[in-house]
Amino acid sequence: MTAPVDRELYQAVLLQYSKRPINFGPMEHPTHVAEGHNALCGDEISLALRIEDGKVADAKFTGSACAICTASSCIMTDAVKGLSPDEVDGLAAKFRELAKSGIGENISKKLEILGGVHQFPQRVKCAVLPWETLVTAMENPVIQD
Amino acid sequence: MDITQIREQFPFLKEKVNGHDLIYLDNAASSQKPDRVIRRISRFLESEYANVHRGIHLLSERATDAYEDARRELAAFLNAPSPEEIIFTRGTTESVNLVANTWGRQHVKAGDTILLTEMEHHSNLLPWQHLAREVGAIIEYVPVLENGAALDLEAAKTLLAKRPKLFAFVHVPNTLGLENPVQELCWIAAKSGVTTFIDAAQSVGHQTINVQELGCDFLACSSHKMCGPSGIGALWGRKELLSAMPPFLYGGEMVDRAFYDKPAIFREPPARFEAGTPPILEAAGWAEALRFLKAVGLTEIQQHSIALANQAAEGLRSIEGLRIFGPEVRQSGIVAFSLEGVHAHDVAFFANERGLALRAGHHCAQPLMRKLGSPASSRASFYLYNTEEEVQAMIGILKETVAFFRG
Repeated sequence: MTAPVDRELYQAVLLQYSKRPINFGPMEHPTHVAEGHNALCGDEISLALRIEDGKVADAKFTGSACAICTASSCIMTDAVKGLSPDEVDGLAAKFRELAKSGIGENISKKLEILGGVHQFPQRVKCAVLPWETLVTAMENPVIQD
Repeated sequence: MDITQIREQFPFLKEKVNGHDLIYLDNAASSQKPDRVIRRISRFLESEYANVHRGIHLLSERATDAYEDARRELAAFLNAPSPEEIIFTRGTTESVNLVANTWGRQHVKAGDTILLTEMEHHSNLLPWQHLAREVGAIIEYVPVLENGAALDLEAAKTLLAKRPKLFAFVHVPNTLGLENPVQELCWIAAKSGVTTFIDAAQSVGHQTINVQELGCDFLACSSHKMCGPSGIGALWGRKELLSAMPPFLYGGEMVDRAFYDKPAIFREPPARFEAGTPPILEAAGWAEALRFLKAVGLTEIQQHSIALANQAAEGLRSIEGLRIFGPEVRQSGIVAFSLEGVHAHDVAFFANERGLALRAGHHCAQPLMRKLGSPASSRASFYLYNTEEEVQAMIGILKETVAFFRG
């Protein structure tokens, strides 16, 4: 019997995030929101952003998702803080490419670990869902009363 | 039932996953195929294949024989009064759509009610919702009891007494491990003059089905869930209902006389509902699967699957934070469960790395899973080739999964 390869994918860092997610919870007065769901496996997340002075000031998520989707949401909400909308789009595109093909440059250690998902085609959509939701949220400003 | 002898007939069992034996517990999604079905399909392609009902030549005759033999085989399998009441479709989903689009459009009018249950698969839910929207009908749902333990029969009686146009419901749902009392429900429905449609995708080929005893008006099933090939299923309907229904799809084979300048005259059922080239080789394979299941014994298959599901449920209950949906004692070979703190998708992925095929997700029953408070759950479903050892292995793998994720 070979050693199960999933341990590498779910290595401590991902498991830790899914057990104790960061940036998890509702946000008051978001400027951009979106919901993402994966009809195949039942991942459901809601993403909220607050963009101030042309930069992401805060990013949070709620929902019910698998370990990989949850970890991806944690790492993503951390990674986008302080970025301009253009930089957010660039990072989202870069990560989606990494998750699908394993190819990417100038990527943080945590994103690189998450990118390991490309070895498991059926899990790529779990890792990518938060990032697709991010792109939708950027195009979806909350109408202020 | 000699389980060793049965397992020898299923080539897929030779497959390995990461060096582990493959344990296939996703039978409610689709079943594996025995050697004789695989051989029947290849023999058919080698020496009997042509289009059916058309050619005056040897191969067309052989293909027509095989196709019509499948119709007779299935009619006998369901104890249908006549093979002409069997319509081949692409599967249960198409059978539901067929009735919704023909009988449904003829009989369901604005303000009428279609009665369903809360435990329907999307296939027996969305076609009726679509019909209701189109004609302005109302849909009502017979509720499920706490934790999906059973259908609320009292509520069913009350709702049926209001004389809906149709009561469409599932015989064995794909998540709850229960069997609905079809005979009783059809009897109550008949008293109020309500037409009944049974989604039997999960029960035909898993237990003895006798449409005359059940007392329903329509029944739908799929070959792939009973050791036959995918791409073919059937609709059984009472002859007088089928004869009065307009065509579903239009094209070759379903027409008696066609003209340039006046309406075509359509054939009698079943031809009226089988436009175009039908699933011919699938029918030949399905007939072989039916002969195989009959030889093994439907009652034996049912008892075996339920026994394994009960053994699985008992083992699963020893895992902390695990919730099993449905009744205490299994009525079908299906066990769906959720694990506190571990998402179903992670469970299925972890299990697969160890050779165990489980289903994760909403099982095409999103409203039901939402009602049960679990948008995603895991499911083990058993069939004739599964063993007690496989159940033990599943419990071991799930304990390992829990330890890893909760750690």
